[in-house]
Amino acid sequence: MLRVNGLRIKITAEPGSARNNKTGSWRVERRPEFRQKDCIACRLCILVCPEGIVAGKEKNSFKTDYLYCKGCGLCAAVCPKKDIEMVAEETESEK
Amino acid sequence: MKDFIEGSEAVARAVCLCKPGVISAYPITPQTHIVEGLAQMVADGRLKSQFVNVESEHSAASVVLGAVAVGQRVFTASSSQGLILMSEVIFNIAGMRMPVVMACVNRALSAPINIWNDLQDSMALRDSGWVQFYAENNQEAADLIFQAYRLAEDPRALIPVMVCLDGYILSHGLEVVDIPEEDKVTQFLPPFNPSEKLDTANPKSFGLLAGPDYYLEIRHDLHQTVKDALTLIPDITADFKRIFGRNSGGLVESYRLEDAEMAIVSAGSVCGTIKDTVDVLRAEGKKVGLLRIITYRPFPEELILQALAKVPMIAVLDKAVSLGASGPIYADLKAAFQGKPGKKISGYIAGLGGRDITPDTIKEIFKQLAGPEVSDQFIGLKN
Amino acid sequence: MPEHLLSPGHTACAGCGQSLAARLVLDAAGPNTIIVNNTGCLEVFSTTYPDTAWEVPFIHSLFENAAAVASGVEAALRQSGKLAEVRVISQAGDGGTADIGLQALSGMWERGHDILSVCYDNEAYMNTGIQRSGLTPTYTSTSTSPAGQSSTGNPRPKKNIVEIAVAHGIPYVATASAGFPLDLQKKVKKAMAIRGPKFLHVHVPCPLGWRHEPEQTYQIARLAVETGLFPMIEFENGKISGRYLIVKPKPVEDYLKPQGRFRHLFKPAAEAALKEIQELANRNIERYGLLKTAGS
Repeated sequence: MLRVNGLRIKITAEPGSARNNKTGSWRVERRPEFRQKDCIACRLCILVCPEGIVAGKEKNSFKTDYLYCKGCGLCAAVCPKKDIEMVAEETESEK
Repeated sequence: MKDFIEGSEAVARAVCLCKPGVISAYPITPQTHIVEGLAQMVADGRLKSQFVNVESEHSAASVVLGAVAVGQRVFTASSSQGLILMSEVIFNIAGMRMPVVMACVNRALSAPINIWNDLQDSMALRDSGWVQFYAENNQEAADLIFQAYRLAEDPRALIPVMVCLDGYILSHGLEVVDIPEEDKVTQFLPPFNPSEKLDTANPKSFGLLAGPDYYLEIRHDLHQTVKDALTLIPDITADFKRIFGRNSGGLVESYRLEDAEMAIVSAGSVCGTIKDTVDVLRAEGKKVGLLRIITYRPFPEELILQALAKVPMIAVLDKAVSLGASGPIYADLKAAFQGKPGKKISGYIAGLGGRDITPDTIKEIFKQLAGPEVSDQFIGLKN
Repeated sequence: MPEHLLSPGHTACAGCGQSLAARLVLDAAGPNTIIVNNTGCLEVFSTTYPDTAWEVPFIHSLFENAAAVASGVEAALRQSGKLAEVRVISQAGDGGTADIGLQALSGMWERGHDILSVCYDNEAYMNTGIQRSGLTPTYTSTSTSPAGQSSTGNPRPKKNIVEIAVAHGIPYVATASAGFPLDLQKKVKKAMAIRGPKFLHVHVPCPLGWRHEPEQTYQIARLAVETGLFPMIEFENGKISGRYLIVKPKPVEDYLKPQGRFRHLFKPAAEAALKEIQELANRNIERYGLLKTAGS
């Protein structure tokens, strides 16, 4: 093992390296579907996403990152326009 | 410059010369004189440092942990209950590989509450991953401070170091101490410049959760590095001698062991008393000697085996006890000599809670060593 | 620079109120921030070796010492002249703030360090399995204050950590909620602009411990505020300077009913307990002047 600064093993972590852990695999039942129809770009879905993975600027441009989305449904629950829908995981994968 | 000063002042002046950026401590007897001295130096502008007065020893250790993680040289000190209150952080500091230097002014542990000297406090933390130095006198206590920083901050080490000095006997006892010139300290001790620190330009995370897949390797690495100090310390003491012109510190000291038939193994200021007694007994024709442990962790097993190879009878004098077992140094020594026949190794416990260890106590130990082998014989118990 | 300073891939439960609040806090604080974290859910789910979700310098030492470690970080920054550009946040859960970490936190406030301390309050020791803390509300069923034949759950009221902070004479103390994200971020920005100790107490629902659906996190956090059970207030230099006003307080049942931890209160025998909780909300509304009246 390489000896670096008295430490054979690194004990610190690199910024944002948790991205190695693709938590999208946690989703079993449902996923949010961003309909991008009635969106008013209020950004509430961005603010409340516990993973910080909802992105978008203009109306009807918002989407999430299914690599990490755990399917909690908060984005859908807060959408004032009901423009985010929780759909069954199977129907998406069947597409 | 030579001055007639107490051990606390010698330590405080040595620390001042090392210029720590952050000092934090909580009052406890008999350690307090060290940090009072440092507080005055900061107040007088002689030491440009942040002195953080905290609400507990637990926080004192935590403050220096945080400060050293940002890349500042740090110092704290404690004794007894304070050290034990710190103990959670003490273990954590070592695990996080933070090169903290502290002074432990050794004092007994409660109960009964007792402010006088023995080694039970620091001995209880021998498994923490800190290097532990035990000073014999005030000069060595000061010199070990310089060596402690040099070792702790060495990129090959990055481990914390505890300089232990006996409460009252050294901390409040006056001796002539040579406090070195600043330029010599600068020559001996390079600036602290860790390659990894809390830095917004290079934002790392420290103090991670490591599960069963990683913990074993990380602890093994710490263990190996603490053991590596056995090779680093002799180089440091050699360099210390080159720059300061005197022998001080190191792993162990052999005193009149050449042809010794009996030897005492011990640590700390009691070794001064043992040396005097050895001289007296030698003058009477008795072949006795002393092996002084200066570095107790890492345990210098090889050197101890070498130094005592030809000594048939060994008494370990512990000023501490692992209650229900034996003295801690005795246990280590027995383990070191395990499987090596022809040795009598007896364990004696004395001086707890400040009970004086006099030349007569030492003579009594040599006398008893000629008798049956014992493991945890208390010396000087009253009826 | 990534869009958010707490990356995905952390292992918080789905719908975790603490993870969304922590990200909002850090995004508002910005990249020149050093985070010092007590042991707890947040630390565990964000820094599992060998990875970290933090995009800023982060250090975790122990359960109760983040405030003291942060004091050392701040002292070191002060010593190196970097305190003008680098800010320090010390953060913990409710236990790490109001129970085991209170002594170190009190010391940090009293010494006047330039640090924002954040308490993510999910009202129990969630990381160890939903045990009662000093911030667990009255009559909550937790794993160490379970409701049962002879118990209606936690018998003691929530400790008023906010007024304990105010009593230290620190310049800024505020409460915020995962249900009011913009308000939370506004308070973080305000706090970061103030020199000296600041305290932000953030109410964060925990779907696992509170036993509600993950998608209810936001709504339940809002109901705590709208019933008066979690007052959203600000104190500047010891005086109340801001409050979230409620037009018509919702009955506490609206907040309690969706949560499994209060299920035992909806049995006929628990009517008195329910009434007592309503009185707690009423007292909060009165004490902090939370009712929106004509002209207020």
